[in-house]
Amino acid sequence: MTDTQGATIPSPAPAPEREPLLKVTGLTRHFPIRGGLLRRQTGAVRAVDGIDFTVNAGETLGVVGESGCGKSTMGRLITRLDEPTGGKIQFEGTDITHLGVGAMRPLRRDIQMIFQDPYSSLNPRHTVGTIVSAPFRLQGVQPEGGVKKAVQDLLELCGLSPEHYNRYPHEFSGGQRQRIGIARALALKPKMIVADEPVSALDVSIQAQVVNLLDDLQQELGLTYLIIAHDLSVVRHVSDRVAVMYLGKIVEIADRDSLYRSPMHPYTNALMSAVPVPDPRRRQSGGRERILLKGDVPSPINPPSGCRFRTRCWKAQDVCASREPLLTALETGHQVACHFPERSEGNDGHSPENAPENQGS
Amino acid sequence: MTDLQKTPADSAPAPLGDPFLSVRDLRIHFDTDDGLVRSVDGVSFDLHKGRTLGIVGESGSGKSVTSLGIMGLHRSKRARISGEILLDGEDLIAAGPDRVRQLRGRELAMIFQDPLTAMHPYYTVGAQIIEAYRVHHPKATKKEARARAVEMLDRVGIPQPDRRLDDYPHQFSGGMRQRAMIAMALVNDPSLLIADEPTTALDVTVQAQILDLIRDLQEEFGSAVIIITHDLGVVAELADDILVMYGGKCVERGPAASLFDAPEHPYTWGLLGSMPRLDRELQERLVPVKGTPPSLINVPSGCAFHPRCPYAALTGGRSTSEVPVLTEAAPGHHAACHLAADERHRIFTEEIAPRL
Amino acid sequence: MFAYIIRRIFAAAALLLVVSAVTFAIFFLLPRFAGETADQLAAQYIGKNPSPEAIAAVKKNLGFEQPLYTQYWHFLKGLVSGAEYKFGPEPATCHVPCFGYSFKNHLEVWPEMTSRIPVTISLAIGAAVLWLVSGITTGVISALKPRSVFDRLSMGVALAGVSLPVFFTGALLLTVFSYEWPILDNLHYVDFTEDPLMWARNLILPWISLAFLYSALYARLTRAGMLETMSEDYIRTARAKGLVERKVVVKHGLRSALTPIVTIFGMDLGLLLGGALITEQVFSLNGVGQFAVQAINDNDLPKVLGVTLLAAFFIVVCNLVVDLLYALVDPRVRLS
Repeated sequence: MTDTQGATIPSPAPAPEREPLLKVTGLTRHFPIRGGLLRRQTGAVRAVDGIDFTVNAGETLGVVGESGCGKSTMGRLITRLDEPTGGKIQFEGTDITHLGVGAMRPLRRDIQMIFQDPYSSLNPRHTVGTIVSAPFRLQGVQPEGGVKKAVQDLLELCGLSPEHYNRYPHEFSGGQRQRIGIARALALKPKMIVADEPVSALDVSIQAQVVNLLDDLQQELGLTYLIIAHDLSVVRHVSDRVAVMYLGKIVEIADRDSLYRSPMHPYTNALMSAVPVPDPRRRQSGGRERILLKGDVPSPINPPSGCRFRTRCWKAQDVCASREPLLTALETGHQVACHFPERSEGNDGHSPENAPENQGS
Repeated sequence: MTDLQKTPADSAPAPLGDPFLSVRDLRIHFDTDDGLVRSVDGVSFDLHKGRTLGIVGESGSGKSVTSLGIMGLHRSKRARISGEILLDGEDLIAAGPDRVRQLRGRELAMIFQDPLTAMHPYYTVGAQIIEAYRVHHPKATKKEARARAVEMLDRVGIPQPDRRLDDYPHQFSGGMRQRAMIAMALVNDPSLLIADEPTTALDVTVQAQILDLIRDLQEEFGSAVIIITHDLGVVAELADDILVMYGGKCVERGPAASLFDAPEHPYTWGLLGSMPRLDRELQERLVPVKGTPPSLINVPSGCAFHPRCPYAALTGGRSTSEVPVLTEAAPGHHAACHLAADERHRIFTEEIAPRL
Repeated sequence: MFAYIIRRIFAAAALLLVVSAVTFAIFFLLPRFAGETADQLAAQYIGKNPSPEAIAAVKKNLGFEQPLYTQYWHFLKGLVSGAEYKFGPEPATCHVPCFGYSFKNHLEVWPEMTSRIPVTISLAIGAAVLWLVSGITTGVISALKPRSVFDRLSMGVALAGVSLPVFFTGALLLTVFSYEWPILDNLHYVDFTEDPLMWARNLILPWISLAFLYSALYARLTRAGMLETMSEDYIRTARAKGLVERKVVVKHGLRSALTPIVTIFGMDLGLLLGGALITEQVFSLNGVGQFAVQAINDNDLPKVLGVTLLAAFFIVVCNLVVDLLYALVDPRVRLS
C-alpha cells in the first residue's frame, strides 16, 4: 500500500520527468474477418488502431467513447486478457505487450480489473469469502493474520459487513455485488485498476455510492485508475485526465478541466452537447446549442480515409479526407487530433450551431 | 434539430378539457411463491393530448409495470390489477381483453428499451411494420401497407427507406433499429405513445437524435406521450410533467420546471444529488442515497423511503407507521411526505440546493 | 450464402471420407492390432469352416498382404469404379458403387442393402410425420397453458414415452391389435407403389410404437422452446401491435421455437434411416436394420462395413440438409 511513494495525492498535472506507471505506444488490435470459400482473411475489424497514452502513478485516466470505439478492447489489451496485434504496453518500464500467461502472473498482482456487470462477473456457487480470497489462492499469497481476516478487512474497506463472508452473491443487490468485485480486485494490493464501465449497470442512487467508494480507495491506497465509461458526467467526476476515443483512435486527450471547459475536437464537442441535462429550462430558453450528429459511426472494417470523424463532421474540408490528423499538443497537457480544432489560433472557430445543415452525409 | 422554437408549456396551466388518459388508483400486484409483490400500489395521474409525462424511478420502482398495465400486457393469471385506466373516457381495466387488443397498436402504442430484442429476428423490418399496419387496417392491400411503411421509415429519418424496408433487424444499427421501432409504433397514428427507456441502450449522440425525433413527431401528431426512464436528464429533455415513483408508489408529481427547481420529496433530492452533472461546477463528492431500493414483497412500513431518508427522524415517528398521502405542495405539484411543506422548503433551500 | 452452401457440402463430403476411413480402420486395422493374422481375418469373410484355398483367394482379392493405405485406396476406388474379384470358378463383378462383396453368399452388398432401403424409409418417414405432428402440438398446447391439467397429463405421458423402450410398446401393440383383437393381423411389408392402403395398414403399428418414443421427446422439447420464446421481447412487441393471440403464437412464437427442433429432427431422422433396429426386429420388417443385425450375426464383414457406411451417409446428408434449412429459416445465419 505504501510502496508507491508520493502517489497518495492525485495530481492533475503530472510531473513530466517521472516515469509513468503505464505507457502505451501505437497499440493496435485488429480482429481478422474471414470470408469466401476457403475462409481466408479478407479484412480486419480495426478495433484499436494505434493509440498512445500514459498513465501516471496515482492519477485516474478516464476513457470515453461510444460503443464500438474500441475502449473496452483497449482495456482488455492493457490487462492482457487479449493479445495486441501491434504496439507496445509498458508497465513500470517493463514491456508486457506479449508476455505469456506464466510471465504475466506476477504482474496480475499489480494490475486488476473491475467489470461492468456485477451479476455475471461473480460465480453464483461461491461464497463471498471464496470469491474475494481467490486472488490469494491463485497467487499463493499468505496474507498476514490469515486469509479470513484479510478478506473481512477488505469487505469492510469496501463498505460491506465482515459477516457477509459466508453469504452467496445472489443475496446482494447490484451495488453490493459491485463492492464485492472491488474487494476482490483490491485483495493483492494492486498498483493499478482497470475498470470497464464500473457503474453503468447500477441505479442512479447506487452509482454515486460506488463512485465515492472508488474515490476513497484511491485516496487511501494510492491507486492508479484507468476508468472506461460511456457516461461523460461520471468520467468527469472521477478522472484527472480524460481520453476521448472514436473508431479505434484517441481523438483528444487532456486534463479533465481543460477538456470539459474547452473541448477542441469537434467530436468531443458533439458528444458533450448530446448529454441530456436535468434542467428543463435549458431546452426552452435555447440556452444550449446542441450539435446533432447525423448518421451512424462508420464501420471499423473500412474506416474513412484521413480523419475518421470527417464523414460526420461539419467542419470537414478536403484535407481531412486526404491527410490523417495526428494527436498534437495545442496547449500544455491538451492533445487533439484535428485539422481544424475549436478555439485555437488560425481558426475563427465556426460555431457549431449552424453546422448540421451543411453536413454531407 | 435544435429545439429552440418550442414555447414554454410547463408553466402554463394544464390545457382545458378532459384528460385523454386518466389513471386512478392503479394497483398491479403479482402472486408469487415468495409472497405478494406490490409492483404498483395506488398510482394516479392525468395526461392530455399533446403533452408528455415522464415517469422516473429506479429499477423495481414499478414504472415499467405501470406502462405494461396501461397497454393491457399483463397476461399472467397471477397478476391482480385494480383501479381505473380511462382512455378517452373508456375504462381499460373493465373492458374485455379483446377490446383492449383492438386499441393496442391503434390508439395505444409502445416502444421498448432494446430494439434488437424487441424486433423479431426472422422477419424483415418492413414485414414487421406492415404487419402492425394491417392488423388495424385489414382492408388495406399489401401495396398500400408497404407504401405506408416506406412513408413511416422515411419520416423517422431512415435513408433509402424503400430499400431498407427489406432488411432484417440485425442489418440495422442500434439507432436505426430504434427509429424503425418508432415507425412501427406510429404507423397507425396512435393517440398515446408509451416509450419505455427508449434510449437507454443507445449511445449519447444517438440518444440525442432519438429524443429529438420523439419530440418532433409529438409536435406533428399531437399525441400524448409517456416516457419512462431512470435518467433525469432524459425526462428534462422531453417531459412537461414528471412523476417520480418509489417502491410502487408515486412520491412526487408536478410540472417539469417546478420539479427540477423546487423538488419536494427527499427521494427526488437524493436522485438529483447523486448524479454528476455536466452543466454544473464539479463537486468534490457526490451525495448518494444511502442503502438500497426496497424489496417489493417486504415494502418498509409507513413511508417506503424512510430507511433511506436522512430526514425520517424529523417526522416524529410517523414515517415508520403511516403511509404518507400525496398532497399539493405548490400549484399542480404534489408530494407524499410527512415533513411539513415549510420544513421541506427550508431544508431544500438551506441544505440541498447549494449542493446541487 | 452461396459460399456457405458450397462450404457445407465440402464439409459433409470430407466428413464422409473421415467416417469411411475410421470404419475401414476399425474393420481392417483393429483385428491386426488384436493379433489376428491375415489368414484369420480373411477367414471371417467366408463363413464357417473355410478351405485354405478360399482363404488364400480372399486374401488376394482384398489385398490383405498389401499395406493398409493401398487397401483403403482399393476400397475407395471400388466405390466409384467397381471391382472385380477372382473367387471360385467364375470371376465376380462388384458393380459401382462397390460397398463390398459378400464372399459367403456370393452377393454384392450394395444391391442387397438398397433393396431394404424402401422399407426403412417408409418406416422412418411415416413415424416422423406422426411424431412431429403429435409431439409439437402437445408441446405447444402445454407451453401455452403451463401447469394446466392438459400440461400435467401430457407431460406425464411424455415421461412414460421417453422411458418405455420400443420393444415393450411394440410388443404390446402387436399383442393387442394383432393377436387379441386381430384388427391388424398378418403384418408384412407391401410396397407403396403396389398398394398404398396396405402399405399404410401394415405399417401403422410400427409407426405408432416408434413415434410414441419420439413424440414424447419432441413434446418436451417443444414445450421448453415455446416457453422460452414466449417470454422474448419480440413477443411482447407482437402483442403490443394488437395481434390476436393465435397469430402471436403461430407466426412469432412457433417459428423461433421450432428452429432448434429442426436440428434435432435432422439427426434423429438420419439415425433412423440407418436402420430402426429394434422396431424392424419386433415387427419383422426386412429393412436396413434387419440387414445389419443379420450381417453381424453371420459375421459377414463386408455387409457390416457397407451398412455402417450407409448409416453414416444418411446422418451426414440429413445434417447437411438441416444446416441449409437453418440458414433458410434464420436470416442471421444466411446474411452474416
